Amino acid sequence: MPVINKLNILTKSIWVFHFAAAACNNCDIEILDVLTPRFDAERFGIKLIGSIKHADAMLVSGIVTRKTAHMLKDIYAMAPQPLAVVAFGSCASSQGMFKDSCMRTVPVDEIIPVNAYIPGCPPRPEAIIDGVVKVIKKLRGEI
Amino acid sequence: MTTLFHYLIFPGLLFALVVGMIASWIERKVTARVQWRVGPPMLQPLYDVMKLFIKENIVPEHAHYLTFAAAPLISFVSAGLAATIIGMSIFFPSSGFQGDLIVVAYLLVIPALSLILGAAASANPLASLGASREMKMVLSYELIFWIALIVAWIKTGGLLNLSLFAVNGAVGASVSGAIAFALMLITMQAKLGRVPFDAAEAETEISGGTYIEYSGPLLGFFKMSQYIMLVAVPALVSIIFLGGASIGKYVILLVLIILAENTNPRLKITQCLRLFWFFLLPVGLIAIILATLGY
Repeated sequence: MPVINKLNILTKSIWVFHFAAAACNNCDIEILDVLTPRFDAERFGIKLIGSIKHADAMLVSGIVTRKTAHMLKDIYAMAPQPLAVVAFGSCASSQGMFKDSCMRTVPVDEIIPVNAYIPGCPPRPEAIIDGVVKVIKKLRGEI
Repeated sequence: MTTLFHYLIFPGLLFALVVGMIASWIERKVTARVQWRVGPPMLQPLYDVMKLFIKENIVPEHAHYLTFAAAPLISFVSAGLAATIIGMSIFFPSSGFQGDLIVVAYLLVIPALSLILGAAASANPLASLGASREMKMVLSYELIFWIALIVAWIKTGGLLNLSLFAVNGAVGASVSGAIAFALMLITMQAKLGRVPFDAAEAETEISGGTYIEYSGPLLGFFKMSQYIMLVAVPALVSIIFLGGASIGKYVILLVLIILAENTNPRLKITQCLRLFWFFLLPVGLIAIILATLGY
């Protein structure tokens, strides 16, 4: 029986809420890939859920447009703390190819605090798992 | 003092909770194996609940605070009470009283009712949609649930005492009893809110429906009452129709639930209502007639 402390429990059951800002669907499909039998994220208690009120982690994918920026703020305010935010894919982390577009606003980390970035267009499932491991290590204070 | 012990520890809350967590783990593990995955570790349901009790609890601004907060507790307490009475009839057969079957049948409705109450109080359009669906589900499956109970009641010659069903032998062995048992299996699936009857929850469609506004400890209480229901309902079905509960019978019923869950798509709420009222009700009436004729 492992030592019961808050972080140990929090990192053993991560329910993920997926916020698709204005994603092209590539990132979203890669997120589903992580749940498929080949990678099976449920081994680690990771599960996709539909409501932000149940979430322990929020994946933000896609470019944050003028329409979705205030929604992102609202959703973040609704979430029960502690919540880890992951900027998912090039668009969410650094605006990617939409850097000079008139529709984009600012990167995700200028709107809400971000705990981890997963670059890639789209990131491979291995990269996603690597990102999750980094979030867990950061929460535990190992890196 | 012993009553409190029975309610809180042995056949009641704690025991039912532990068994329910193991059952929930079996459910997730079998689901994973059906989908050719590895599945979560054994302590996963425990981690889930413990995590929910660490998380922040949010009550929506426009929600009715008292109803919203009370609903999960009512659900947990009444599910625990039902589990206690069922457990007492299994482990301490002499403690049963005439009519405890009726009490259990009523207590098992309360989690669904408190879910409706909590969802309706949470001031969310999707939650009220879920509440309305849950209401229709209760209306549809309770009818068949009681018809199956009536068949068992007729077959055993007016037995209403849970601990005597084991003495009387399996009701499901007769023709009408087998029909009633089949009806009860479908009802059990609906009572536990599992696929194909999870229209009220519907993760992918109305994103959690009735549970959508619940977070932290309150969601934890709902989760725990679900775990208890996962023990209480199959145990009750096993006592009534299979002549007493045992680990083997319980696991068989559990695996049936899990396999039905994994091989069926979700029914729309209209389809649920039609299935229960227009297809299963005539079958149930036929079973009652057969039972009165002695088959």
